[in-house]
This record gives sequence, C-alpha cells and structure tokens, in this order.
Amino acid sequence: MILFLLRRFVTMLVTLLIISALVFLIIKLPPGDFLTNQIAELRAQGEADAAAKAEFLIKQYGLDKPVWQQYLVWLGAMPGQNGFSGLLQGDWGWSFEYDRPVTEVVGDSLWLTLVVNIAVVIFIHLISIPIAIYSATRQYSVGDYIATFIGYIGLATPSFLLALILLYYFNRWFGISIGGLFDARFAGQPWTWAKIQSLLAHLIVPTLVIGLAGTAAMIRRMRANLLDELGKQYYVTAKAKGLAPSRALLKYPFRMSLNPFIADIGNLLPHLVSGSVLVSLVLSLPTVGPILLSALKSQDQFLAGFILMFVAVLTVLGMLVSDLLLAWLDPRIRMGGGR
Amino acid sequence: MTEVVPLKGHYVNKEPFDPGATEPAGNESESFYRASSWRLMWWKFRRHKVAVAAAAILLAFYLLIPFVEVIAPYNQTKRNGDFIYAPPQPVHLMHEGRFVGPFVYPYKFSFDLENFQRVYTTDTSKPEPIRFFCRGDYYEFWGLVTWNVHLFCPPQNGTLFLLGTDRLGRDMFSRIVYGARISLTIGIVGIAVSFTLGLLFGGLAGYLGGWVDHVIQRMIEILRSLPELPLWLALSAALPANWSPILVFFGITIILGLLDWPGLARAVRSKLLSLREEDFVRAAELMGASKGRIIARHLIPNFMSHLIASATLAIPSMILGETALSFLGLGLRPPVTSWGVLLNEAQNLAAVQLHPWLLFPIVPVVIVVLAFNFMGDGLRDAADPYH
Repeated sequence: MILFLLRRFVTMLVTLLIISALVFLIIKLPPGDFLTNQIAELRAQGEADAAAKAEFLIKQYGLDKPVWQQYLVWLGAMPGQNGFSGLLQGDWGWSFEYDRPVTEVVGDSLWLTLVVNIAVVIFIHLISIPIAIYSATRQYSVGDYIATFIGYIGLATPSFLLALILLYYFNRWFGISIGGLFDARFAGQPWTWAKIQSLLAHLIVPTLVIGLAGTAAMIRRMRANLLDELGKQYYVTAKAKGLAPSRALLKYPFRMSLNPFIADIGNLLPHLVSGSVLVSLVLSLPTVGPILLSALKSQDQFLAGFILMFVAVLTVLGMLVSDLLLAWLDPRIRMGGGR
Repeated sequence: MTEVVPLKGHYVNKEPFDPGATEPAGNESESFYRASSWRLMWWKFRRHKVAVAAAAILLAFYLLIPFVEVIAPYNQTKRNGDFIYAPPQPVHLMHEGRFVGPFVYPYKFSFDLENFQRVYTTDTSKPEPIRFFCRGDYYEFWGLVTWNVHLFCPPQNGTLFLLGTDRLGRDMFSRIVYGARISLTIGIVGIAVSFTLGLLFGGLAGYLGGWVDHVIQRMIEILRSLPELPLWLALSAALPANWSPILVFFGITIILGLLDWPGLARAVRSKLLSLREEDFVRAAELMGASKGRIIARHLIPNFMSHLIASATLAIPSMILGETALSFLGLGLRPPVTSWGVLLNEAQNLAAVQLHPWLLFPIVPVVIVVLAFNFMGDGLRDAADPYH
C-alpha cells in the first residue's frame, strides 16, 4: 500500500511539473504581454515617466529574459530578482492589471471555487446513485425512461444557458436572488451563521447546473454497470436462496458496480471544473472563473497562469483521491501496487 | 463404385453424404453468413430505430448547409430598422373560418412611453399570405452568381419574422439558418483534426510499443487530466486579434481538435494491441502477408467502425465547446454567424425576460447534439456486429 501511495504521488508531481510548463507556454503564446502593451499605450499618451516605471517592472520580473528562464523563475527553480521566489516557495506572482500580489487578487475566490466543486461532486453522487439503482432494477419502466430522457437533456443543453434560465425563474418563483454566492449585504462581513445560510441557498442553482451534465453521464454508466451485474448468476442465486431483494442488491451487485464508478471520478473532474468556470461567469459567482477570463483577455500573465495552475492542481488532486478510494475499495489494485 | 462393406459392429449409413441435407441453411442465415461486416453493421444499425431517426435528422440538417441562402427569407445582415426586438409571427392557415393557405398577420408598432418599451400588436383584420419561390434580398450563391430567389419570402410590403428579430431588427430565423453552416461544420472539421491526431499517435503507440508507447500514454494521461474549458479559453485568447473571421474559425476548430484526440488515440491503441493477437492476423502473417497489407487490409477495417462510432460521440462536445467559447466572446466574432455567436447576444437577464425568442438558437443546438449522441450510440452498438 505504501509503495502504491508513493508511486502514485511521484506520478502526480511529474504530471504537475509538465502541466506547469504547458500552462506557461500557453499564457506566453499571444504576442506581447500586459506590460509591453501598457508601455506602448503610455508612450502614445506621452507619459514618459509612467513608461519608465513599466520598463522598470519589466526588468523587475525578468520579462526581457528568454522564455525558458522566465518559466524557471516563475516556478521558483531559478533565482529571479528577489532570489528564489516562485510557485514552489509559495509566491504566486504579481498581477499587473490590479497592481497587487496575485494572492490578494484571488483571495477568497480560491476556496469558494473549492466549495462549489465539492458541492457539485456530492450532489452528483447523491442524485445519480439512487436514480441509477432505480432505473437499473426497473429497466424499461416509465421512471427509467424519464430518467434517461432527463439525462439526455442534461447532456445536450449548454450549461451556461440553463444557468441563465434557472437564474431568472428561481428568482421569479422563489424570490432567491442568485447572482453571486451570498446576499450583497454579507459582502466583506465576517462569517456568521446567517452568511453560511445565504451561501447554501445560493449554491443550489450553480450546483444543479454544473452537476446536471455529470449526473447524466454518471446515471448512464452506473445503470449499465448495474445491469451487467444483475444478469450474473451469483445475484440470481442470492435471490433464489431467499435473501431480501434490497440486501441482495446492495451487498453484492451494487458494490461491484461502484468500482468503475469511482474510477470515473477522474474522468468527470476536468469536466466539472470546466463547467464551474463557465457557469461562474454567467451567474457571476466569486470563483476564479471570471478572474481567469479577464486575466486572459488583458494578458495578465502571472494571474492567468496561477489560476490555470490552481484549476489543474484541483483536478489532479481529485484524481489522486479517486485513485486512493479505488485502491481502498478494490484489493486487486492495492495489492498489485499499481496498474 | 464399390459397395460399402459395413465393418463389424459399426453402423454406417448407406445413403450418399450431403453436408447441406442435415441442416438446411435457410435463405436468411445463408445471407447472414455471407454478408460482409459492413453490411452486418448496417443491418444491426437499422434495427436501432432511434439512431436511424437521429441519422435522418442529421442528414437533413447537413443537406441544408449548401442552400442556406435560399432557405433563409432574409439576408443575415439585413436590418429592419422599424422592427427592433419584434416578437415571432406565428404562421396561420385559417382566417375567419376560411382556409387561406399559410399567412401571417401584420404587426402594428407603438412605443410605450411609460415603460420605454416597444409594443407590437397583431392586426388580425387582414391576412398576408407568405409567398413561395419568390424574389427577395440579393445574395451571392456559392460565391459564383448573384441571385435573389428564396424558398419563401415575406408578404408583399409585409414582414415575416418566424422567430422574431434581434436588437438590430435582423430576422432570427434567417440568422439561425445561416448559423447552422458554421456550427455544423465546426464539429466536422474539429473531429477531422482530432481523428488524424488520434489515429497517428494511437497507431504509433500501439504499433511501435516500447518507449514510444510509454511517452504517448503519459501524454494522453496528462492531457486528459486538464480541464478543457480553461485551456480552450487560454488558447483562443492567444489567437491574434487581427485575424480575419475565417482564420479565427479555423483557429478555433484546431484548438477544439487539439485537446480532443487523447480519447481517440487511446481507443486506437487498445484496439491495435488486442487485434494484433487475433488468429486472423496470425493466419495472414503465416500466409506471408506484408506488414503494410496486414495493417491496411485486416487491422484498419476492423477498428475503423469503432473509431467512427467514438468520433461521432465526440462531435457534440465540439459543437457545445464552440457555443460556449463564442458565448464568452472568445470564440467566433460577429461578422461570422454561429449559434454560439447568436446566443452571445442573449447573455443578459433582459433577454430571458423581455425577448425570450433570442434564446431560440439553443433549440437547434440541443437537437443536433442529441441526434449525434443517439446516432453515436447506435453506431457503437452496430460496430461489433458479431455480438
């Protein structure tokens, strides 16, 4: 088990390293950067002093160095202007657009992103497991068809539009204002019970919208897995010997069908994070999504790079958790020490 | 001809032996055993009624693409300044209990000065019949000839806004029809990119094995663990702002395809690995077939059906991806009309509340995505006709 953990952990670190290189490459792709654009603008306005300051910043962040050196400085593997100070040392860089450290700009939105994504994962499991059991045990019933139909709709509707429409109708029918993650009066307030309640109420629509597509996929896969297991002889024998139907179902086929289900979290997570970024933009949730979009548009490279990295770490960590769960559930993986 | 002498203690039937006599092969099973695998797949696919219906719908959609200019009653850029945010005009058949043929009632426009809203009232006194095969806006057909014949046009001096108009008074129905051209091709072009990459990398990994396989496998794992949308965002933000709309279109499709190939590559690799061990490949090798012949004649046809099925299932995510990117303003840009670009204008709550018809482009998106999913499911079931 320890060997398995170790191997999995090393793989994760290597993956993250490659991802960081990819991320840096991508944010460096567009010609120019925030500072060069700013300098050009300032020169055009004839503000030589400000342009000089921007040029100082370029020196400061080593933006005149070759790209690979910039990458190493950003990562913290090479001494920059302030010595070894990069992602590895916990220094997330400077946002040029806000003229503040990235830490301050992203602030609360990091863990709010986490909250939204965890809520969605819990939602998907709570909803899809019972529905999948229902439609697998009552195959081709009306309920099964309804579940399948809703699943297909969830798969085919662009989530952002669903968000927009739900936003409107929830507001109209239930009087919940849904923009953001809590009422405006709580902005900047310390965390109280009322604020948490407000947060929970505001989480409903985003969770529903982000989770719908994932739920649809989960139900489909889980139903197929369970149907495979239900046709097997051990289940027939268990029933023939007089085991109560619910016990016969939950003790054996259900556990068997859970395996691929947990393995699938790894496939699901990237889609969830994508969905949460998109839906956050429409619902103006204070997650990293809207900040990422504006950072990408203004080429605020350290901010965009950090958020992309954060999102990637989130998925990779999630996949690690799903792998560990799988190893815990399935001795074949645990004992094999890998795949 | 010598008489068959029965051996002692053994019974031998004296009748002449006819292998077909004991188990007469019916016409049906005879044709089943002789049919090629593609034919078998077609038979199996045909039994999947929903998939066939979905395929028919898609075929209809794609056949319309070359003729969008003829089908749309207006040009996509035609502005009807007097009819801004006009609601849809329903088509009627009966007027005062009398059959008139398809017609619409004209709009009366007034401005509500209290709420600052445009108010359109229908004037049900005189029906205005829709004209068919008539002359309307001029357009360049296939960039070759200038023409003005439309399948159907608004009534003489009247209007025909089947799905209402947008903020510039442009007919939504016409714009959706024009948008189909881009939205439907983007999936196909994107899948072509991803198919090529998937076939190449999956083929290399499965065929060469060894360290190449290892490197490609890791590459696939890393790409699959990245959330797609933030990467799409970052890549499309990297497209130069001074590119022409057509270049942006190709840029976006390549971005969509670039991140999609790992799934296909993985399928190709595992299929190649399992097929390599099959008896028929061994047989072909023993008979002296060259490697190229084995790959081209035996391996590729065997997994092509699977690949086509998985590619079909990957198209919807590309169409949705384009829609999402354009919706965020990072995808295609206005002179190009796609369903995503149209939805970009329905971004605010005012659209949902006051002009819900602006959300209509969602309907073709859902239909096409569902159709691709159903057809892909049918294809996947049919891809293995021997089960």
